[in-house]
Formats: sequence, structure tokens, C-alpha cells
Amino acid sequence: MPATFTRSVVDTERERKDPGFGGRPPVDRRPTGGGGGDENWDHHRHGRGPRALLTRYRMGIFSALAGDLMFFMALVTAFFFRQSSGHFDGHGAYILDWHQLAIPPILYLNTAILLLSSVTMEMGRRQLFHELDVMEEWLGMGRPAARRAAPWLAATAALGVAFLIGQWMAWKDLAAQGFFFASNPSSHFFYLITGAHGAHLVLGVLALFAALAALSLLHRMELRQIFVDCTAWYWHSMGLFWIFLFGLLIFCQ
Amino acid sequence: MSGIRAAGRTRSTPLQRIVTTEDRTIGIRYLLLSLVAVAAGTLLSLAMRTQLAWPGIRWPFHGPLLPEEYLSLVTMHGTLMIFFVLTTAPQSGFASLVLPQQIGARRMALPWLNALGFWIVALALAVLLSAFLLPAGGPIAGWTNYPPLSAIASAGPGQGGGMDCWLLSIGLFCVGSWFSAINVLVTVLTERARGMTLGRMPLTVWSWFVSSILILLAFTVLFAAIVLLFCDRHLGTAFFIPQGDWVSGQVVGHGDGSPLLWLHLFWFFGHPEVYIAILPGMGLVSSLIANFSRRPIVGYRMMAAATVLIGLLGFVVWGHHMFVSGMNPYAGAAFGLTTMAIAVPSTAEVFSWLGTLWGGGLRRTTPMLFALGFLSLFIAGGVTGPILALPALDQYLHNTFFVVAHFHLIMAMAGAFSIFAGIYYWFPLMTGRLMSERLGRWHFWLSLIAAYGTFFPMHLEGLAGRPRHFAQVTGSTSSLASLLPMERGVTWAAFVLGAAQILFLINLLWSARRGQPAGQNPWQATTLEWQTTPLPNRIERGPYEYHSGTTEADFTPQWETASQQE
Amino acid sequence: MLRGGVLFAFGLRDWWMPPNAAAHGFAVDRLMRWDIAAMAACFLLANILLVWLALRPRRKASAPSTWRVEFLPLAVLVVVYIAMAVTAEHLWARERFEGPAPAALRVEVVAQQFQWYFHYPGVDATYGASQPQLVNAALGNPIGLDPADNHGKDDVVASEFVLPVNREVDLQLRSLDVIHGFFVPQMRLKQNAVPGATLHIHFTPIREGVYPILCSQLCGSGHARMQAHLRVVSESAYNAWLASRAKKATS
Ligand code: HEA
Ligand code: HEA
Ligand code: CUA
Ligand SMILES: [Cu+2]
Repeated sequence: MPATFTRSVVDTERERKDPGFGGRPPVDRRPTGGGGGDENWDHHRHGRGPRALLTRYRMGIFSALAGDLMFFMALVTAFFFRQSSGHFDGHGAYILDWHQLAIPPILYLNTAILLLSSVTMEMGRRQLFHELDVMEEWLGMGRPAARRAAPWLAATAALGVAFLIGQWMAWKDLAAQGFFFASNPSSHFFYLITGAHGAHLVLGVLALFAALAALSLLHRMELRQIFVDCTAWYWHSMGLFWIFLFGLLIFCQ
Repeated sequence: MSGIRAAGRTRSTPLQRIVTTEDRTIGIRYLLLSLVAVAAGTLLSLAMRTQLAWPGIRWPFHGPLLPEEYLSLVTMHGTLMIFFVLTTAPQSGFASLVLPQQIGARRMALPWLNALGFWIVALALAVLLSAFLLPAGGPIAGWTNYPPLSAIASAGPGQGGGMDCWLLSIGLFCVGSWFSAINVLVTVLTERARGMTLGRMPLTVWSWFVSSILILLAFTVLFAAIVLLFCDRHLGTAFFIPQGDWVSGQVVGHGDGSPLLWLHLFWFFGHPEVYIAILPGMGLVSSLIANFSRRPIVGYRMMAAATVLIGLLGFVVWGHHMFVSGMNPYAGAAFGLTTMAIAVPSTAEVFSWLGTLWGGGLRRTTPMLFALGFLSLFIAGGVTGPILALPALDQYLHNTFFVVAHFHLIMAMAGAFSIFAGIYYWFPLMTGRLMSERLGRWHFWLSLIAAYGTFFPMHLEGLAGRPRHFAQVTGSTSSLASLLPMERGVTWAAFVLGAAQILFLINLLWSARRGQPAGQNPWQATTLEWQTTPLPNRIERGPYEYHSGTTEADFTPQWETASQQE
Repeated sequence: MLRGGVLFAFGLRDWWMPPNAAAHGFAVDRLMRWDIAAMAACFLLANILLVWLALRPRRKASAPSTWRVEFLPLAVLVVVYIAMAVTAEHLWARERFEGPAPAALRVEVVAQQFQWYFHYPGVDATYGASQPQLVNAALGNPIGLDPADNHGKDDVVASEFVLPVNREVDLQLRSLDVIHGFFVPQMRLKQNAVPGATLHIHFTPIREGVYPILCSQLCGSGHARMQAHLRVVSESAYNAWLASRAKKATS
């Protein structure tokens, strides 16, 4: 059974030996090889083991995040492009309409919270890959892993909500200073960037709740693993993105 | 069982049938969706051509076409065709149809994501078409939607609700195509049968792989641009609207937005997009040419490399759409060079196609005819690329019909021909029957001749200085009136072209019922979607092992192992 | 009908670029001729090859050597591309990299839906300031010149573009509302007019005559009719015209 969770050395070996282009690789007659011996497609187990399922979903989330990164990159490009664009007034003087924006201090707190949440998230994720518990769950003897993970996920969700509330307060703060979304370019971008990132985090929190539900509802161990794992990676990347965007908002005003 | 297996023949409740995640069913749905889109887009284009040939002609129940109506036709035509036909059918459609089989997988990696993507794209299409129902009509700013025209509702009729429909629709489309792209990406990375190394993937798989990466990286940028534009339109920001912008009697610009920002963002998406539109076609044509000339494709590794290279370079050439847009002339010079560079891998692919045909003696089946047609049209449209790529010449040709000729030949027609080739070729996988060869030939020859007849003269109009987006070449101040006869010639050719497609529809309907049964592997192909015997434990062969002999068994399919062979 | 159209397409008077009337245009035309010829040759060659390969019976030739069919011709085309690039980039640099001569005649082109206006700085050779709030074509101030600014007093705003022959022109393009494209085919000249930016191009008309000015960038429902005329006249005629306009402006 363990072989299902950690890919067997043998077949990674074989992959590596495979010369690829043309050459004649060593034949391998394992029944679960490139689609077993029988001709009924639906009996083929290839790439359907728990491990394969996990890698598949991980790759899915990672490619999605790669695309997402481009989305934020585009916003950042716009940020710099916009920052440098001004106009000449009637008398030939060049005017930049970009106003420095005082970053609400609460953002530092939020950042700390977000980092903390990443830690709790990781703790939660680790629980589901804890070999012994995993074995127990796999053999259907209770759900120790799930039980251990749940609190961590809950904590993460809580912190996430706290972060969002914090962002909301930051907005209120700016509004109090008279900076609204439409006020001037720097505030456009402040609201846009925090807003876009916030929207991502809302998704993340929903995913966390879903994952919590999944821990108790889903019957297949690997699905529970996948649910938590993907949420975790998404959550971590949102943390990274935030550091990056926050740095932009602080240093590049 | 074997490759021949009609799609979605499963006992199931209607609901299950609607939300099915069966790859082929989804693939066929994608194709039907683009069939709807292309039908609409074609009718629009014919309406445009009619107006151009007979300016001010009165339409039944409508009267003469207003300029803005013409422009909304153009905009919708371009949007439908690029997004809902050429991005949807060859990529999402064909990939869902055959990608899993071609790499020896049982099914897609994330089928439900694929299904979800389809429904979102379908919704997007509905939203786009609904723009026509609005009182003010559809958007008129072209498929590129340059602001401020696209950012200010009062800048033109249809720029209010119509433009919002466009933004919403394409926003949805972005999401939908990400989903299908992620699915393709993961499938290729994780689902390959054992022994199906990268070096053994058919070139179709290579191109689906590359274009799904392009979709992920390019459509996200478009999405960001759409968000920004939406904010400018409805939330009072000024990303694209410059200071003191004065539209129809009022000053609307209140911040130093820059229209050029949109151009950069849009074309950073836009150029990869056009390669997304053609790469799958190129991959498919490579396979067909290898198959029907019974030869291994020349320089397989080079072809794969060229596909990847085109994908990469595609991200550094966007400025060639902006030579005269006010972009720094030094940047223009640089983009000119990168663009010349990207012409090289494409040329390499052309030569490897020609080289594969070298020995002659092809099987001139309908799919092969369309593959050859693709080749001819791709070259016809391609050769004008390096001319447009030169800023010094593009400053004359930019936004003239020379460009329209360029992209209709290389994108519209070449793309269409590759889709046709794919449908004639894979039809057995969908229905278990072959399409009629006789109708197919008629369809091919009419389409080919009419395509050249329609789009070749446009080069001449362009050289004569005829700009795009003109609702008519005649008129009180027009200096282009002498082009009218040529416009008429083009329009007649376009009618023939459109009519030729009716043969295709007839062929589809007829063959789906009465076509001659295909049997297994009708084209004696080597790739796995035609698999006749169960998969071996590991794939041991390249995708194109044709032995260029003249005997019958002149090929070794990928599902044969070394031991099985003699 | 079709026959008529296609025949006409080839017997057509203006199926090539209209005769050039600008100093830099000869180089453009030469380049255009060469590159189109080269690419047309590639097109014909490739398609003839294609048809021939498609029709001829199978020779017992095995797969050809990659070098012969692939890399050799590729190398040839790369050389062609490089030649095209080098020559064209030179021309581009000559036209766009350095500005006009100081002596050049300065004219401002102001685009708006769906009109071209031509703003001559007048005797003081400086443009009067203008503001969008003041734009009002009905009151004869289509580009919003600021009456408070004395530089504007002698300025001339015309809806027809008149230039002296053989004198370099330093064009300055603006747009009031959306992006327009300033396109004069005979001058081999095209440059977008972008709101919020002032863009410069320079050229020298060398033949007297009247040339159409088209809008090459989709700018709304009137895009097609957004046309004007460039009238290139002798130095003296130009001065006379300017004087008469200036008088009208001041009176
Ligand atoms: C895929 C892209 C595509 C296709 C197929 C076409 C097809 C046609 N186009 Fe289109 N066109 C564009 C993309 C396309 N066009 C774009 C992007 C623009 C610019 C818009 C803008 O400026 O905003 C444009 C603009 C454009 C103009 C310029 C308008 C102007 O600027 O004033 C004209 C004018 O003649 C024109 C004509 C035609 C004609 C006669 C056809 C005919 O060929 C139509 C005949 C139809 C067919 C030959 C069928 C094609 C079949 C398929 C595509 C596959 C079928 C699919 C399945 C079976 C699933 N088009
Ligand atoms: C499928 C879509 C597609 C493809 C593949 C291409 C391919 C290329 N395109 Fe095209 N292009 C478009 C779609 C496409 N384009 C569209 C839609 C627009 C207009 C957008 C809009 O404004 O609405 C456009 C516009 C466009 C412009 C801007 C024009 C303008 O607006 O002013 C430029 C400029 O550089 C350009 C260049 C190129 C180049 C260099 C290639 C190269 O990749 C071409 C490479 C191919 C070849 C070079 C042919 C090789 C074969 C030979 C050379 C034959 C040799 C053989 C023998 C001699 C035997 N394209
Ligand atoms: Cu002005 Cu088009
Ligand atoms: Cu491009």
C-alpha cells in the first residue's frame, strides 16, 4: 500500500532510463503499466493511483497560479506605466497627477496575520501527509489525520477572515482621509490591487471551509488530501503575492 | 474498445447527459458551438461585403445600413471568429476530442474542469450575441477596442451597453479558456501512457500543449486589461482616459490615463492569441501530411522545437501592431527585429512540410487536400508578415486592407482549412462513418479558389491606400471611389466562399447518417486515437513511423510493440 | 459580375500605391517594390513546388536529407529576412530617429470626431495655448484656443491643409477625443493622433497637387468620412493663402 503514496523507486528509475527519441527502451510487463493487459479502457488504472491523482491536481493548481501571477503582473505593469504618465498644462508645464498615498499602518498587521495564516495552513497540510495517520485512514481505521488537520484549517480560515477585515479597515481609513477609488491614480491602484488580492483571499477562505467540510464528508482519503493540499498551495501563493504587492505599494509609491 | 466509438452513448438521465464530463462529448459540443459562431460570423461578414460593394443598399425590413451598424458588424465578426471559432474549435474542441487517446490516457486529467469551461464559453457566446438585441446596437470599436473610444459610452453608439456586453463576454471567455487550458496542460504533463515520452508525442499534442500555455499567460493579461477598462467605464478611474479628454461636447478626462497602456496590454495578449489560433492547425497539418504522404515528418524534433520557439517569441513581438501608434520609434525598430525573428521558425515549419511531401505520390484524400490548402494559404498569408514587420513599410500599410488580406489568409482561411481537415479526418471518431469524398472535393476546390478570390485582391486595395473599418469607399469626400469595382469582385468571391460552406454542412448531416462506415483506422494512421489493438504496457514508437514504401502495411502504429512487429 | 470584378482588379489603374509626392517616399517605394517582389517570388515558388509535389507520382525516393530540404533553404530565407530587416531599419531610422531641421515649417494637426484641423503658429512661430473647455466649433474655435494667450492671436486654424512645396514640415499631432490615424497615402505618411499626447513627424512634400488625408484608426461612426485634403502649392501661393487666412483670423 505505501507504494501508492510514495512513487515506487523502481518505476521512477525506469522513467529516467527511457531514452525517449526512437531508441528501444526496456520493456516492462507490470500489469498496471501503460494501461494493463486487458482491452477494456475502464479497467486501466494507469495514472489513477492516489499519488497520480494528487500530482495531477497539484499541477492544475500550479498552472492556474502561474496564470494568476500574470494577472497581477499586468496590474503592476499598469501601475508603473500610469505612475510615469502626466500631461502638459496650458502653459507648457509638465504635471504629474500621481499623489503619494500614506499606506494605512494596519496593513503591516494584516501582513503579519497573513504570514501567520500561511504557517497554520502548512501545519494543517502536513497533518494529512503524516505517514502513520495516513495509513490508518487508508485502512479505514478512523480519521486521525483529518482530526488533527481540522483545527489548523479552522485557524487559517479565521486568520484569513481577520486579514480581510483588516483590509476593509484599511479602506475605511483611506476613505476617511478622503482617498476613494476614483480620487487619483495611486488610490485607483491601491484599491484595485488590494481588492483583487482580497477577492482571491475570499476564494481561499471559501476553499478552506470547503476543505473542512471535505475532511468529514469525502470518503476517499486521497480526495481529502488533494482538497487540503491544493487549498494550501493556493493559500501560500496568495501570501507570496501579497508580500510582493505590499512591497510595491510601500516602496514604489 | 477501439478508437471507433461514437461519443457519449451512455444510458443516463437527461441531467447527467447535460453535465457529462465525457471528453468526446465535450469536444463535439465545442465544435458545435464554434459551428454556430462561425455561421453567425460568416453571415455578418457577407452583410459587410454587401454593404461595401453596394454602399447604402437597402436591406429588407431595415433600410440602408448606418456606418455604426457596419462597424458593429465588423466588431462582432472579428470577435466571434477569433475567440469563439479559432480559439475554441482547434484548441478546446479537437483537444477534448482526441488528446487523451493520442497520449494513451483513458481520459482528460480534469474532465469536470473541461466541462465547466465549455459552459462558461457557451454563456460568453450568448452574452456577446445579446449585444445585437440592445437598442443602441453592438459595440463599434473593433475587436481591439482602443480607448478612449471603448472607454467612454458617449464616444459612439453601441459603446454603452454593447461595449459592456463585449467586456463581460470576453471576460467570461478568458475564464472558460483558462479552465480548458489548465486541463490540457495537466493532461499532457501527467496522463501520458508509460513510454509516451515527450519525444513520442504527436505534433498535435505539442501544439495543444504550447497553446494552452499561451492561453494561461496571455488571457490573464487580457482579463486584467478588461478589468481596468471596466473601472474606467463605471468606477470613475482614469487608466486609459487622458487629462482633459473632450468627447462629444464635454470634457470627460480627469486624470492622466494613457490610451497606449491599453494597446500594450491588449497586444501583449493579442499576438500570442493569433498563434493560439493557428498552432493547433499547424500541428494537425503536420500529422496529416506525414500520414497521407506515408513518410515520417521531416525533422520531428525541429518541428517540436519550432512550435515551442514560436510560443516563446510570440510574447516579445506585440509592438509590431503599434509602429505608428505613438510608441517610441526605437521600440518600433526593436519589435521589427523580433518579429522578423519569429518568422524564422514558421518558415522552418513550412520547409519541413514541403520536405515531407518531397517524394510525391500523396494520397489525395479530402483531409489531405485541406492540409495542402492550409499550406498554400499559410504561405500566402505568411509572406506578407515579414513585410508588415518592417516599421518603414508598415507605416504605409498599417490598418489598410493589406493587413486584412494578411490575416485572413494566414489566420482565417488557413485556420478554417485546418479545422476542416481535422473534421474530415476525425469524423470517424465522432460518428464511426467517413464523410463523402465527392462533396469534400467540391467543398475544397470551391473554398480554395474563392478564398484567394476574396482575400488576394485585398492586398491591392491595401496598397492603393484603402483603410480598414470604412463603411464605404464611396461618398462625398472619398478618394477611394475608384476601388468600388474591386470591392464588388471581392464581394462576389466572398458569396461563393460562403456558399461553398453549405456543401460542408450538407456533407456533415448526410455523412453522419449515411456516410460509409469507416471501420477501424480508416486512414492507416499511426497515432493512438486510431488504436485497433489494446495498448501495450509501454509505448515504444515515435508518432510518425511510416515506411514510405508503397505496400499496404507500410506503417507501424504507436500501439505496436517491437515484439508484435513481424 | 465576378469576372468583371476580377478582370477589373487586374486591369486596375490604381492597384499599386498612388504616385509618391514626398521626399522620403522614393526610398519607401523602392523598398516596398523589392520586398514585395521577394516575398511574391517565395509565394509563387512555394506554391508551384506544392502543386508539383502534390501531383507527381511517388518516386522510390526515401525520406530526403533534412539538410537539403530543411536547413539549406531556411538559411537562404534567413539571409533574405536579414537583408529586408537591415535595409528597412535604416530607412526607419532616417525617418523617425532624428527630428526635423530647425528651419522646418511647423504645423499642428488637431483631430476630433470626425474632423481634421490644421493649426498654423502664425508670424510669432509659437502655437497659442488651448484648452478643451474652450472647444467650440460653432463659435469658430474648433480646437479651443485660449483668447487670453497672446501667442494665439496670430494663429491660423484651417480645415484644409496647405503646404509650400519643397519645404520640410514638422507636424505635431494631437487629438481631442479618441485615437485617430493621420494618413496621407501620397506622402507615404501615417501616424496616430493620440489624445493626451503630442506626437511629431516630419516630411517634405516635393510635388504640387491636392492629396487626400484619410483617418486610418477606427474612431467611431464617422471614421470613414473623416477626410480632408492636403494642398501642396508654391511658396508664394502658400504665403498669400496664409496672409489671407491671418487677416480673417484677426478681423
Ligand atoms: C477566424 C477568423 C476570421 C474568419 C474565418 C473571417 C472570415 C471572413 N472575413 Fe473577416 N475578419 C476577422 C477574422 C475572420 N474573418 C477579423 C479578426 C477581422 C477584424 C475585425 C476588426 O477590425 O475589428 C475581420 C475583418 C474583416 C473585414 C474588414 C472589415 C473592415 O475593416 O472594414 C472583412 C471585409 O471584407 C472581412 C471579411 C471576411 C469574409 C468575407 C470572410 C469569409 O471568409 C467567411 C467565409 C466563411 C468560411 C470560409 C467558413 C470558415 C470556417 C471555419 C472558420 C471553420 C468552421 C468551424 C467548424 C466547422 C467548427 N473580415
Ligand atoms: C494565425 C494568425 C496569424 C499568424 C500566424 C500571423 C503571422 C505573422 N504576422 Fe500577423 N496578424 C494577424 C494574425 C496572424 N499573423 C492578425 C489577426 C493581425 C491583425 C490584427 C488587427 O490589427 O486586427 C496581424 C497583423 C500583423 C502585423 C501588424 C500589421 C498592422 O496592423 O500594421 C504584423 C506586423 O509585423 C504581422 C506580422 C506577422 C508575421 C511576421 C508573421 C509570421 O509568423 C509569418 C511567418 C510565415 C512566413 C514567413 C511564411 C513562410 C513561408 C515562406 C517564406 C515560403 C518560402 C518557401 C519557398 C521559397 C519555397 N501581423
Ligand atoms: Cu478618425 Cu477614424
Ligand atoms: Cu501580431
